[in-house]
Amino acid sequence: MKATAMDRVLFGDNQFFGVNHMSEEKARAQQMRFQDLQAILDVLDAAYQEGIRTFMCTTHDRVAQICDYFRSNPAKYPDYQFYPCMPYAHKYANAVTEYGMLDALRMFLPQDGAVRAMLKGGVALASKDITVIMQLLVDAEMKMFHGLKTPVIFIQNVITDLLLGLGFNECFRIFHDHVRGKYGAEPGYITMNVPRLLDVLAGLGIDNPVVCANINKIGFRMCGGIDLYEKAIATRRFRPIAMSVLASGAITPREAIEYVCAQPRIESIVFGASSRGNIRQTKALIDELTRPELVETAPQA
Amino acid sequence: MIRVGMVGLGKMGLSHMSIVRAHPEVTLVAACDTMTYLTDVLAKNTGLKGYVDLDKMLAEEQLDAVVIATPSKLHADMVQRALDHGLHVFCEKPFVLDPNDGERLVQLADSKGLVTQVGYHFRFVAAFQEAARIVHAGALGTVHHVRTEAYGPVVLRPKGGTWRSAKGEGGGALYDYACHAIDLVNFVAGVPAAVSGVVRHGVFSRDVEDEVYCSLHFADGASGQLCVNWSDESFRKMSTKVTVWGTNGRLTADRQECQIYLRQAHAALPGTPTGWSVRYTTELSKEVWFYLRGEEYSGQIDYFVQSVKQRRTDGENSFRSALQADRVVSMILADSTGTGSPILGLSSKAPAAKSILERLFG
Repeated sequence: MKATAMDRVLFGDNQFFGVNHMSEEKARAQQMRFQDLQAILDVLDAAYQEGIRTFMCTTHDRVAQICDYFRSNPAKYPDYQFYPCMPYAHKYANAVTEYGMLDALRMFLPQDGAVRAMLKGGVALASKDITVIMQLLVDAEMKMFHGLKTPVIFIQNVITDLLLGLGFNECFRIFHDHVRGKYGAEPGYITMNVPRLLDVLAGLGIDNPVVCANINKIGFRMCGGIDLYEKAIATRRFRPIAMSVLASGAITPREAIEYVCAQPRIESIVFGASSRGNIRQTKALIDELTRPELVETAPQA
Repeated sequence: MIRVGMVGLGKMGLSHMSIVRAHPEVTLVAACDTMTYLTDVLAKNTGLKGYVDLDKMLAEEQLDAVVIATPSKLHADMVQRALDHGLHVFCEKPFVLDPNDGERLVQLADSKGLVTQVGYHFRFVAAFQEAARIVHAGALGTVHHVRTEAYGPVVLRPKGGTWRSAKGEGGGALYDYACHAIDLVNFVAGVPAAVSGVVRHGVFSRDVEDEVYCSLHFADGASGQLCVNWSDESFRKMSTKVTVWGTNGRLTADRQECQIYLRQAHAALPGTPTGWSVRYTTELSKEVWFYLRGEEYSGQIDYFVQSVKQRRTDGENSFRSALQADRVVSMILADSTGTGSPILGLSSKAPAAKSILERLFG
């Protein structure tokens, strides 16, 4: 399968859902502002006007409403696309706390007899059942995107890294095959542990994977250290997407973008912003500082 | 390599196991849980050796340490069995429901020279460590008031069938949320000597409290407040905050940042000016070797591993330290039963928390 090129600049969604790694007050102020769907759509529209047509978003319940809007306005946004990141983990975590693991799982799966039989309490799950359950969970998360372009589909870092630590590598293979087979899309992996994940994916024979991770000048949440990350980016065969490039505001925009653009082969940069001014500034910085000779194809396998 | 066994594979157990397995100085030997569908899946897909029976695992496997993440009411007995086998123990919070058990287990671990730790992970959050450092340095002057808060969206409907909603099993916001807020006070400002004015109410739950409020009283005359509500949907996830007022200023810390106001710059805090300063998690956090959900979860497991290697028995979050939080929980239970006894650790003696509907309509 020939790799689809990703856009250089992707728009993120943390600001819409009260995620801010530096300040709970700021996160709450953003939640208040973006309680109104129109406020979110206005920002996405502003980003589109600035030339950003890819929205990389978690499968938060509210994203369904955003999807509805773009589905009803294809003429206005003919080339718009989503990079879904699944799942919105707090939804599952809260359900597990409230209902227990098995009942929570039941809640998120279709209510047909075959699934119910599979999840009968105390009965061991066969390997094929794991495949089916994972496929069903992916399908449930993908429902809100029907009819929209989703060329890359991600597993969120909390799940990627949980599976990575547990050594449940088979899940990455199941996800990979299902995303390609059913959605004709490229599977992506968000992680805080790039070097370790690359080893595991290589071991599974998953070639040149899309991997989204924190890549920033201060080494914030880059496990294994900034040096190891830089080495992996320079030498290993994968398609990096840089996130948290501004480290939630800990680095000035120019310094932050300069650093990321100086790394070889970072294919895309994802950032979130709440005002057209900030979107324009960051996009312009990326356009200005990107050196096309550095954004080349990955090293040969 | 330290050989570790996992006990309990619920939400926290799986999270711990992922981190333990990723630790370069640890071999995960086996895991024990009554949910065989889970241990079977992990056995087939990750080569994990699974047990249903703790005693069998302890008897058959050569372990150095266990990580216990079972429902709270099981902690005391399981910790005892692990210590009896001469194993170092990391136990999820709260440590035990009855401080008498806790006292016995502290003695037992001490007598055997074993390393113990309880999963009060907020002590490994950089912003709270910074708060403790500033208070302990005396930079705020004489501390006269502390407020500790924890809010989150756990119980939002009159329903739920897990042990977290069962009285006497360590369910309820007191054991689940408040003990974190209490341990933060103990960590940052010291252990309260008494509590008063306890409110434990159900908002949606019938059998356990969903909110806990009380006053805290310190031996040196300082006061404090505890405010906990796990039925607050306005929070995306658990949010914990501690505020300390002293004669030379105040600070507020949460997971993300530590805000400091100093009336006068203090010699113990070079570089911190008079007036406001803010230190963010992005600058304070230390890098961890593996990240899952937060640096603090990896940080506490690594700390335990290093403690085992060094035989450090008086480290952060030891059983002795965590028992202090259990004692405050007991004082809260005693105050809410109206017995006035400072230490009475039987949650079953507490009256059933009333839901808000019952309170309004009888």
